[in-house]
Amino acid sequence: MKEIFTIGFFIGLFSATLRMATPLILATLGEVFCERSGVLNLGIEGIMLFTSLIAFLTTYFTNNLWLGVLTAIIVGILFGILMAFFTVNLGVSQHVSGLGITLFASGLSLFTYRQIIGSPQIPPTIETFKTLTIPVLSKIPIIGPILFDQYILTYIALLSIPIVSFIIYKTNFGLSLRAVGENPEAADALGINVYRTRYVALIIGGGLMGLAGSFFTLAYFNMFLYGIVGGRGWVCIALVIFANWDPARVLLGALLFGGVDALQLRLQAIGFNIPYQFFLMMPYVLTIIVLVLVARNAIAPSSILKPYRRE
Amino acid sequence: MPLPKFRLEKRESVPNWFRMALPFIAIGISFIFSSIIILFAGKNPVTSIYSIFYGALGTRLGLMETLVKATPLILTGIAVSFAFTGKFWNIGAEGQLYAGALAATWAGISNFNIPSFLYIILLLVVGFIAGGLWALIPGYLKAKLKVDDVVTTLLMNYIILYLVTAILEGPWRDPVTMWPQSIMISPNAEFPKLLQKSRVHFGLIVGLLVVFLVYIIIKHTKLGFNIRAIGANPNASNFLGINVTKTIIITSLISGGIAGLAGVGEVAGLHYHLTENISPGYGYTGIVIAMLGGLNPIGVLFASFFFAIIITGAQYMSRATGVTSFIADVIQGITLLVLLAMLILYEYRIRRVE
Repeated sequence: MKEIFTIGFFIGLFSATLRMATPLILATLGEVFCERSGVLNLGIEGIMLFTSLIAFLTTYFTNNLWLGVLTAIIVGILFGILMAFFTVNLGVSQHVSGLGITLFASGLSLFTYRQIIGSPQIPPTIETFKTLTIPVLSKIPIIGPILFDQYILTYIALLSIPIVSFIIYKTNFGLSLRAVGENPEAADALGINVYRTRYVALIIGGGLMGLAGSFFTLAYFNMFLYGIVGGRGWVCIALVIFANWDPARVLLGALLFGGVDALQLRLQAIGFNIPYQFFLMMPYVLTIIVLVLVARNAIAPSSILKPYRRE
Repeated sequence: MPLPKFRLEKRESVPNWFRMALPFIAIGISFIFSSIIILFAGKNPVTSIYSIFYGALGTRLGLMETLVKATPLILTGIAVSFAFTGKFWNIGAEGQLYAGALAATWAGISNFNIPSFLYIILLLVVGFIAGGLWALIPGYLKAKLKVDDVVTTLLMNYIILYLVTAILEGPWRDPVTMWPQSIMISPNAEFPKLLQKSRVHFGLIVGLLVVFLVYIIIKHTKLGFNIRAIGANPNASNFLGINVTKTIIITSLISGGIAGLAGVGEVAGLHYHLTENISPGYGYTGIVIAMLGGLNPIGVLFASFFFAIIITGAQYMSRATGVTSFIADVIQGITLLVLLAMLILYEYRIRRVE
């Protein structure tokens, strides 16, 4: 047993942790935008699945990875607008709107893949992103291969955290966003356009979810699978609560869950005398445990779930 | 020419005919949107939609299969509807269905030496308890610890699916075929068939009975009153002297139990053994059914038949036209969204501005 846990094992584990955390960071930041404006976006799971497919199909037919990323972001934005139409313009139940979008986007993913690709014996694959090895820095022992030999989308995800933090806490838009999320009536009285602020938040959120979706098929795997997102959208909803709606704390939660994901894959490979399904369960069980632990102290933006209608 | 202008005007009350008509209008609009998607797939939407209905209703075989599909859908639909009535966001009917199926299979393959009708009752009881307990976890966490129920009920679906797979690939693996499926349940535990030369089984009666019981509970009992009060306003319910915590826990238990019965029916009425894929998402369809049925037991009954038609017909249509049967999933999503958008017409009406 001891030989397994070498330095190499831990470098591999931590490197995989960052990789697995990438879509979680991006999508959770997206969800933070939505919820900070007062809208719970349960469309996240379906949006990630559908954008992962769109990214795959675009790259499959054009051989252009960045075009895949771009279309995924655009489609994510379109779904953000759809979510905004329901929750901002119509002001109907945010729970049901989000679930409806997830059901629709998931159904559409299955339909589109089967209609375009069919069900071949061997699913088609693409040439994924290569890791971007940063010169010099990647040569640092231990830290180098963990931090500086990652996919470019992973670097983007890590950089997004301070950027989102800056937007939310230091810009005028961020101020409006927080005001609208806490007290839309007061924000409106101060001349902030509540509708527009929520629209922008849901558009940014959808774009980030699309970017996260593209990671699944363009970096993490080289093909599309129906279960490729596998509930990670719901994990992101929990991560927002865990992070207490603070972008900086998203990193901690995403690393924790990415770590459990990476660890369970390795434990499966080692082959303990436990059915591998119990390892697959770990991230979901952990999410529930964490939710229980943080639920009492979680303070959501006050206007969440409440539609705002200007009379 | 200037376009006519419309504006929304607040309604005083919703006429009854409008309440009845709205789901049908929503279905009609959903078919228009679905047609656009079928057009994108390069197929003919008219023949596609026609063959959905023909496949589900046009032949005796199709009609019987529609009733078979309606059986679990009635139960998951009413389970979700019951939970939503009390604002318990049970998105976990899929997992609770599997919990019920797991328990029923356990009882079924244990080969108890009891008369058939007792065996069937036993299966229903253990299935209800298992589904109920699986939903009780998120129910308890919501009621006692304020843990978000949407996320927990959803995550529990993934957990039980892995649990079922672990059991089927492990201790319950069929020793003869070596496939990841349980052995057959005792013939004594099998649900009787209702109609000759069909797969329609006793589960349909269970479904109808549950719809009736839920109707009675919601409309005519103290518990039902409390659930409706919490659904209308959880904060005010505390002042009315309703024990909100206790009511949420009971709601979760009953809702999960009903979804568990759907799993019992699939095992004891249809497959006679447990596989990993006894449900192609009946639990999630239950959400759409509950909403389309307006959280009303009778409405839920109609909505389950409607989606049974779509799911059964889509398989026929897939063979006939080459449009994949996943169109059924697309239609479900679109119907939910269209309906949701139209619900605003309960509150407002569209008036033309002169």
